[in-house]
Amino acid sequence: MISGHEIRDAVARRERSAVEVAQQALQAIDRLEPRLRAYISLLPERALSQARSVDARSRAGQDAGLLAGVPVAIKDLFCTKGDRTTCGSKILQDFRPPYSATVVERLEAAGAVVVGKTNMDEFAMGSSCENSAFFPTRNPWDEGRVPGGSSGGSASTVGAGCVPLAMGTDTGGSIREPASFCNVVGVKPTYGRVSRYGMIAFASSLDQAGPLSRDVRDAADALEVIAGFDPMDSTSVDVPVPRYADHLLEDLTGVRVGLVDDFDETIAADSGMTSLYQTAYRNIEALGATLVHVRLPHAKYGLATYYLIAPAECSSNLARYDGTRYGLRVDGGDDVYSMFERTRAEGFGPEVKRRIVLGTYALCSGYYDAYYVRAQKVRTLMKADFDLAFASCDVIACPAVSCPPFELGAKSQDPVAMYLMDYFTIPMSLAGIPAMSVPAGYVNGLPVGLQLVSPAFEEARMLGVAHAYEKATGHARRRAPQLSAR
Amino acid sequence: MADVPIDIHYVAKLARLSLTDEESARISAQLSRLFDFIGELQGLDVSGVHPTAQVIPLANVYRDDVVKPSLSNDEALANAPQRDGPYFKAPRILEGEF
Repeated sequence: MISGHEIRDAVARRERSAVEVAQQALQAIDRLEPRLRAYISLLPERALSQARSVDARSRAGQDAGLLAGVPVAIKDLFCTKGDRTTCGSKILQDFRPPYSATVVERLEAAGAVVVGKTNMDEFAMGSSCENSAFFPTRNPWDEGRVPGGSSGGSASTVGAGCVPLAMGTDTGGSIREPASFCNVVGVKPTYGRVSRYGMIAFASSLDQAGPLSRDVRDAADALEVIAGFDPMDSTSVDVPVPRYADHLLEDLTGVRVGLVDDFDETIAADSGMTSLYQTAYRNIEALGATLVHVRLPHAKYGLATYYLIAPAECSSNLARYDGTRYGLRVDGGDDVYSMFERTRAEGFGPEVKRRIVLGTYALCSGYYDAYYVRAQKVRTLMKADFDLAFASCDVIACPAVSCPPFELGAKSQDPVAMYLMDYFTIPMSLAGIPAMSVPAGYVNGLPVGLQLVSPAFEEARMLGVAHAYEKATGHARRRAPQLSAR
Repeated sequence: MADVPIDIHYVAKLARLSLTDEESARISAQLSRLFDFIGELQGLDVSGVHPTAQVIPLANVYRDDVVKPSLSNDEALANAPQRDGPYFKAPRILEGEF
């Protein structure tokens, strides 16, 4: 599989047809799907019909778009008109949306070819893809290990080389952690940068869509396509969208990169992790960047803050699943409340139930000020930490994860251990600022990502640094050996 | 903070979620572990700090009050578990005769 921009250029020059590219992607998926299980639904008809129209535009000499003919996999949280959208949940297992998400519409308008809907933790709640109501997805680097989550199917299929591009969503790390686990690039944009219209809501003040890709240039092109104001989402912000691909750097002379002093080193206890990140920082310095130390004194409160705010918003958002207008209904006699309760008991999995209970509790009168409002105040302090840090640096570099991909089942009985997976990614989510993971090497032969962070609406800065780093180190070019071996 | 006085049956009722005894016991045990680290926040001085509900610099966002095409009745009802003509059908909510 070549990169998305190479496909786009070849399709635009009519050296390759979008139909042939789509067929190859669908074949690659078919071959690996029994092993990886990255998809909840495949959409060959949607893909081939879109590919034919891209080829027609290209033959007619029209601009076929920035993503012309590029196969893209969509997390099953984005509505696709007429095509099943489950959000990884039994409660939506037969739901066919009457409209498409703005992200999907913009991708297709730019010539991208949607090949399928990827597996995920139910309602995006999880860090391993094991909370899918349907089946777990496997990591292409080791099929006994998880691909990360919640955008695990998207990361797995890009990491396996089936498609060059996929869409994910990130509430507390759900793009960056699976990107790290599957050796791909994963970008969480600024909150408000990308429309959330047609995304199934989990925590509305945190959710944000972004690309997962084989290289930084493809992520830059995809972000340009999906970013920008949308009248259908009043929280999308009307800030001009730059041509991100024009901001990709080759060397980092004059760039100030901040290293964080306040993260708890014992979270990433493995000495292999520590030395991998030290090497990454030295590589960045060798490219000409100046390393400076920055403080994020409230970052250590990130998990506690997040696990009040996100469940509170989840309990409110998921109140809509009541068996009345769409989704599963389990009847319970004549009583409407027993219908609600039975529908939700049968439709939601254990993690979703746990978060609904926690969030409902945090919002109860009598506890609201002590938990929810206090968490929102800590969120203010955390945002101020980043504002101060960015006064002395352009981009922050830090770990994306505390460990390489773990084995299936290793953490599924211990929710707190699973929540700790988001330790390095949550502070940026709470501050609403952009952050990404870029492949940074291997620990025990398993991929690990470096996290780069920018101020709000300055995605171009972190993409620029990531591009120079990717080019100098070549980590993203390495393929999953398990797959090529067989 | 480990022993949180969380009445799981009351909270589940508020959330319109029926839990089995086994689920209630498991969730209670897991939540008390969670509250161990959520309790960290109680030690932090937040006096004088404004809460952040959302991070973007937006206040009220208005749009023109113009009627635009929207979903047809059939499209809106296409996913309904039960329908009755142009309506969603649900169990009776109000008491009495109509």
